[in-house]
Amino acid sequence: MSVSSHSDGAAPARRFDAVHALKDVGFTTLIAFGLLLPLVGFLTVTDVRNDLILQTRFPLLFALTASIGISRLVYLMSVSRWLALRAERPVVAARPARFDWSAIAARWFIPFAIGFVIAYPVIVLLVKGREGAVTWVDNFGIQILIYVMLGWGLNIVVGLAGLLDLGYVAFYAVGAYSYALLAKTFGLSFWILLPLAGCLASFWGLLLGFPVLRLRGDYLAIVTLAFGEIIRMVLINWVDLTNGYAGISTIPRPTFFSIPFNANDDGFAARFGLEFFPIYRTVFLYYVILALALLTAFVTVRLRRLPVGRAWEALREDEIACRSLGINTTNTKLTAFAMGAMFAGFAGSFFAARQGFISPESFTFLESATILAIVVLGGMGSQIGVAIAAIVMIGGTEILRQIDFLKQIFGQDFDPTQYRMLLFGLGMVLMMRWRPRGLITRRAPSVFLKERKSIAGDLVKQGHG
Amino acid sequence: MDYFVQQLINGITLGSIYGLIAIGYTMVYGIIGMVNFAHGDVFMVSAFIALIAFLILTTWLGITSIALALFIVLLVSMLFTALVNWTIERVAYRPLRGSFRLAPLISAIGMSIFLSNFVQVTQGPRNKSVPPMVRGDFTLLSSGGFNVALSYKQLIIWGVTAALLAVFWYLVARTPLGRNMRACEQDQKMAALVGVDVDRTVAMTFVIAAALAAIAGTMYLMNYGVLSFSDGFIPGVKAFTAAVLGGIGSLPGAVVGGLLVGLIETLWSGYVSIDYKDVAAFSVLAITLIFLPQGLFGRPDVEKV
Repeated sequence: MSVSSHSDGAAPARRFDAVHALKDVGFTTLIAFGLLLPLVGFLTVTDVRNDLILQTRFPLLFALTASIGISRLVYLMSVSRWLALRAERPVVAARPARFDWSAIAARWFIPFAIGFVIAYPVIVLLVKGREGAVTWVDNFGIQILIYVMLGWGLNIVVGLAGLLDLGYVAFYAVGAYSYALLAKTFGLSFWILLPLAGCLASFWGLLLGFPVLRLRGDYLAIVTLAFGEIIRMVLINWVDLTNGYAGISTIPRPTFFSIPFNANDDGFAARFGLEFFPIYRTVFLYYVILALALLTAFVTVRLRRLPVGRAWEALREDEIACRSLGINTTNTKLTAFAMGAMFAGFAGSFFAARQGFISPESFTFLESATILAIVVLGGMGSQIGVAIAAIVMIGGTEILRQIDFLKQIFGQDFDPTQYRMLLFGLGMVLMMRWRPRGLITRRAPSVFLKERKSIAGDLVKQGHG
Repeated sequence: MDYFVQQLINGITLGSIYGLIAIGYTMVYGIIGMVNFAHGDVFMVSAFIALIAFLILTTWLGITSIALALFIVLLVSMLFTALVNWTIERVAYRPLRGSFRLAPLISAIGMSIFLSNFVQVTQGPRNKSVPPMVRGDFTLLSSGGFNVALSYKQLIIWGVTAALLAVFWYLVARTPLGRNMRACEQDQKMAALVGVDVDRTVAMTFVIAAALAAIAGTMYLMNYGVLSFSDGFIPGVKAFTAAVLGGIGSLPGAVVGGLLVGLIETLWSGYVSIDYKDVAAFSVLAITLIFLPQGLFGRPDVEKV
């Protein structure tokens, strides 16, 4: 963590001020040393007698401190000077683009992307074969698509209606537990329970949305967080119903028009005269979640053109003006909550059906924060941005799990996945610092005057929460 | 009755810890209007620093006087935690002043995730348990085989909290720094115009908030003797509940709110259900925000166009 202490203000641009830079580097190094000294310098371990003892890690401490100091020096010598030089240059009016890349990208990107995700399992099957493709379709395909869908669902609440919801995972949990409990108790099929789980989740969205309607901003965020945690704690403690921490296992899997995916005689492979492979179920699940995710996107796009969608965006822009124009803000907020919750419910029941096992561990606050981070990093309100952010973040996590070369550098004990959330938290902070409007900074307004064109994200308000 | 008195004693102990953390939330909210989501994790980091300082003092330097050890641990923990929070403000919050409203909150959530995972990576995921630092208690009441005990550690917690709150109150009410803080709270632009260094004042607010969190962290470690990297979240939310209950922005409110939340939690787990004690705290938070958003001592928030 480097401290930008002096360079924010008037950094000398033309020549490199060595004394100033050295002072800055010295200061940063000192601060870094102070920050790292207690937690990196000392390690608390439990010894054989079960007592807590201390070990020192001074080489690591000095290495980290030195690397922070050196990075600061490099930053000052390169990036910071470049930024200062750029700031000195006279501002020229934006040149008219000779070749409008964004228009072409916007025209062709979506059809291409949809084509690619539809073809993805086939490509993987061709490349990796039927044995090797399972992890690729499952870890990279299904896992990412679940988060894309959750991101799009939360995008309705946060990006369109401007209501910051930190307890979104509660509705995901409602969907998952609805499917698991109803399927196990009544033996109903996935295809009946999927809409039912969505309805139940959206009912909970209404129920929890109703009391928080008067709240705005940070308060709304904190109350939704509290509701999310309450639901999780009830799931943990209501052991008779939910089996507590142990979770629910052997949840029935979805069937292909009531043909199960197993190795039996009436299974999918036998019916179609194929050799049994687990990949069939994975590919089927992939297409189910793809269809659900595309449904979410399609519904959102269409809703934005309906009065209710316009009301959401009006609410985000200015709640008081919205009320003055006679829009019922109560209903508008509730529909946003219920819509978002419904898609989370779909995703939740799919999640339960895919895993076959659920426990409250899957529905922690961290999960809500992950989904929110996807929406924010992608650029609130931008559906393509949300999808890209989900691919980057969830795919990045999966890649972190797979890479081996870091083990060769840092030794066999090195586990890259434990740094995942560390990088993730740091990413959220850095993103807010340098790109608060997300990866995609253009937004397509739903209402326009003469011509349809995308506008800068800065022009779109984020709502009062 | 005896059982009730015992719960009361435990509740006040817990409540003073929450109150100390709650002051951090309320001060930061008062001065820059953001919910410092990472404050609970700053508290957890401070408890880890206190743990390490305590181990250095007792196992390496062989200090046996518990009073001296505790004093040094408090000082060290306050110093390093203040440095941590100062850096966080500098890196994660100050550049976002003037950005859109939710940016600092999202940055704070990121910082909270970063801090708890940093501690997990550097100190390991397992619980750390320390032998009790202070032993012994008095018996206050004794009837029918049930003793109401007030332990020395609870007495220390009450004493240290009360003493440091007095120091803190003096700082805010009587010193130039406190005057600057109150000025920035009322109107930052105006304060800057009359010569108050707003950046420095905000940084000092974070430093003081961290110092109070460090006291709470040390007391928490002394009270429970067990610590893990994930211990910041729940006490953090409870302390935030305390701040909201007392009226966010109000310093006496934070202390009263802390005591109330501590009492509600212990009485709930004593009489109703220990499994649902966190649910009780979260419900108090939700109910307060919905029905009494200005809290007990807060000013109502006026909606402006």
